[in-house]
Amino acid sequence: MSGTQRQAVHYLDHAATTPMVGAALEAFTRHLGDVGNASSLHASGRQARRVVEESRETIAQALDCRPGEVVFTSGGTEADNLAVKGVYWSRRAEDPRRTRVLTTAIEHHAVLDPVHWLGEESGATVELLPVDAEGRLDLDALRASIERDPGSVALVSVMWANNEVGTLQPVGGPDGVVEVAHAHGIPVHTDAVQALGQVPLGFAASGVDAMTVTGHKVGGPYGVGALVARRELSLVALQHGGGQERDVRSGTVDVPAVAAFAAAVELAVKHQAEHAAHVATLRDDLVRRVLEVVPDAHLHGAPLGPGRLPGNAHLGFPGCEGDSLLMLLDARGIECSTGSACSAGVAQPSHVLLAMGCDAEAARHSLRFSFGHTSTPADVDAVVEAIVPVVERARAAWR
Amino acid sequence: MRIIAAMSGGVDSAVAAARAAEAGHDVTGIHLALSRNPASYRSGARGCCTIEDANDARRAADVIGIPFYVWDLSERFHDDVVVDFMDEYAAGRTPNPCLRCNEKIKFAAVLERALALGYDAVATGHYAQLRTGPDGTVEMHRAVDDGKDQSYVLGVLDQHQLAHSVFPLGGSTKTEVRAEAAARGLLVADKPDSHDICFVADGDNAGWLREKLGDRAPNRGGAIVDVDSGEELGRHEGTYGFTIGQRKGLRIGRPAPDGKPRFVLDIEPVTGTVTVGGRERLAVHRLSATSPRWCGTPPARLDGTVQLRAHGSELPASVAVVGDRVEVELHEPAYGVAPGQAAVLYDGTRVVGSATIAATA
Repeated sequence: MSGTQRQAVHYLDHAATTPMVGAALEAFTRHLGDVGNASSLHASGRQARRVVEESRETIAQALDCRPGEVVFTSGGTEADNLAVKGVYWSRRAEDPRRTRVLTTAIEHHAVLDPVHWLGEESGATVELLPVDAEGRLDLDALRASIERDPGSVALVSVMWANNEVGTLQPVGGPDGVVEVAHAHGIPVHTDAVQALGQVPLGFAASGVDAMTVTGHKVGGPYGVGALVARRELSLVALQHGGGQERDVRSGTVDVPAVAAFAAAVELAVKHQAEHAAHVATLRDDLVRRVLEVVPDAHLHGAPLGPGRLPGNAHLGFPGCEGDSLLMLLDARGIECSTGSACSAGVAQPSHVLLAMGCDAEAARHSLRFSFGHTSTPADVDAVVEAIVPVVERARAAWR
Repeated sequence: MRIIAAMSGGVDSAVAAARAAEAGHDVTGIHLALSRNPASYRSGARGCCTIEDANDARRAADVIGIPFYVWDLSERFHDDVVVDFMDEYAAGRTPNPCLRCNEKIKFAAVLERALALGYDAVATGHYAQLRTGPDGTVEMHRAVDDGKDQSYVLGVLDQHQLAHSVFPLGGSTKTEVRAEAAARGLLVADKPDSHDICFVADGDNAGWLREKLGDRAPNRGGAIVDVDSGEELGRHEGTYGFTIGQRKGLRIGRPAPDGKPRFVLDIEPVTGTVTVGGRERLAVHRLSATSPRWCGTPPARLDGTVQLRAHGSELPASVAVVGDRVEVELHEPAYGVAPGQAAVLYDGTRVVGSATIAATA
């Protein structure tokens, strides 16, 4: 018995992670053998530091921010934690009345959990703002919540695009979250992990004060990401030590990972439009054909089009457990996700779907297919071919 | 065959899955999540319900080279096993939740889901042997390892369930299984056996029941009464803290007149009265059981043996089956037999069926 599992054939879970792109892999391996701590003063250290700073500049150019605004972290979760806790603590230190944290009910757990933790451990009052049936933030609710007592809001955190159902959020733009919050001097954080490389994303243009991005969703390596944070935004450090990153994030900088991250971000932004067109074509085809062969299936989230991540298809199959569907597709070499968070591998009903008004049963009968740079029409064909017998079997296994 | 291997994260189910895969079956490993909030079930390495156990099961599946998933059966487990356990104790009976779990979860909810998903059978790490009998039905026999034999907790399985079950360990000893796990590189090889009730985190059943049952009648406490004198010897906080035959924890200040230890003889759930007395009063010669489950064709009469608790001894007995009632005449007395316990009937090594003890005499 070998330890190898059956070969993956059709990978449709790019929102979970996507394969590294060649340029990132090349940058990663090029620096893996280099010696030199980027904080050391000698020539090797200076060389390492140069790679880090060039990477920072590359990312800054791609994300429309200044290099000094890029704080490298171990990934999206750390960046979200730094933004939420770091901003909350500093804003409350400036004015102890600022204890309210406003966010949406559909955030990733990397935002929701630190927010709730602040509520339990650090005196925060948490307000989860509602979304509509398509998973889009109710801006009126945000406005009302802020205006009830603007002086008590520490920060607002609203994701750029939802990771499960792909709905874009009204963060920037006229009457968007930034405009509403900034009218009262309240800083805004956005988790843009899913949006980067999929939709146009500019830090300065959006007006947000802090933005989370991560490497492995855009063809970079795992374990590296960044919080882009305006220099004027005061952050309390979570991790103390050498103060390597702007004194708010200590830890020896991972030079090869940062170089590869920069290479991936640069490419993702450069090719965003064509990438979006590529995955949207496949995604639209998948949704249309699956709904044809499984007529009572339905799409969750925003309609196909500009209000939605181009690579995301989130489909509900009434009468099925998402777990059963996933397992049956996996056995056929089709890899997707139930799109919900796991603890010990147990799928909980999706908090995103529940917030969109689905009942508990509907929140468990869904699958997320997410396309990426390696996706092909054959992936779509495979799903369309498998989905009818898979849905039939899963229905028979339900309860 | 396409087989679902239920993997608890322990050594037995890991080796069972490995053997099924090595025999050429198409095996998929699953771990049953039995609590919505895994941390609320037992901590440490003794149980079958923690996140650590799920990870151990996943690693074992990796090593074996089979796909692995977690199936969430927490609602079914709560409704069919945990609630039943509480109800039975509230009614003054002594249930065995492992039997209920096998009957309602592992070989029902899991099996039915497996069959619907296109699998043929469920494999577990239970120590019991399946054979095809002379009439073509599947017979279940005791395992070769007397110390590990688990046919008792499987005595609730009917022919349909047995026909879709695989017990790869029934012909082996625990020592062999541990050695095989080590040889296969399964890191769970030296993990301790689980003994306690998996959903009682710290093994304190009485404390768990006190918390869960709360004020639920009839468990608000009552008198501890001597069987001979009728005298109240003390008070207790709830009948759930007692089981028939129990000697420890009675907290009776005075010794019996004859100086011999007292045992719980009877629990009256409505009044909360717990009757105690000498060991000789515990002797049971006959028992009457209900809700039988038969592995194959129900017998009308049986001269065989009966086992009254997990790892209990075999007692020679004559059994008569009248409709839904099973009357058992023990050839020698048994001690500490409580209503709610399962009586599992054997013909030699073969499990005939089981029934729930309703009354003893």
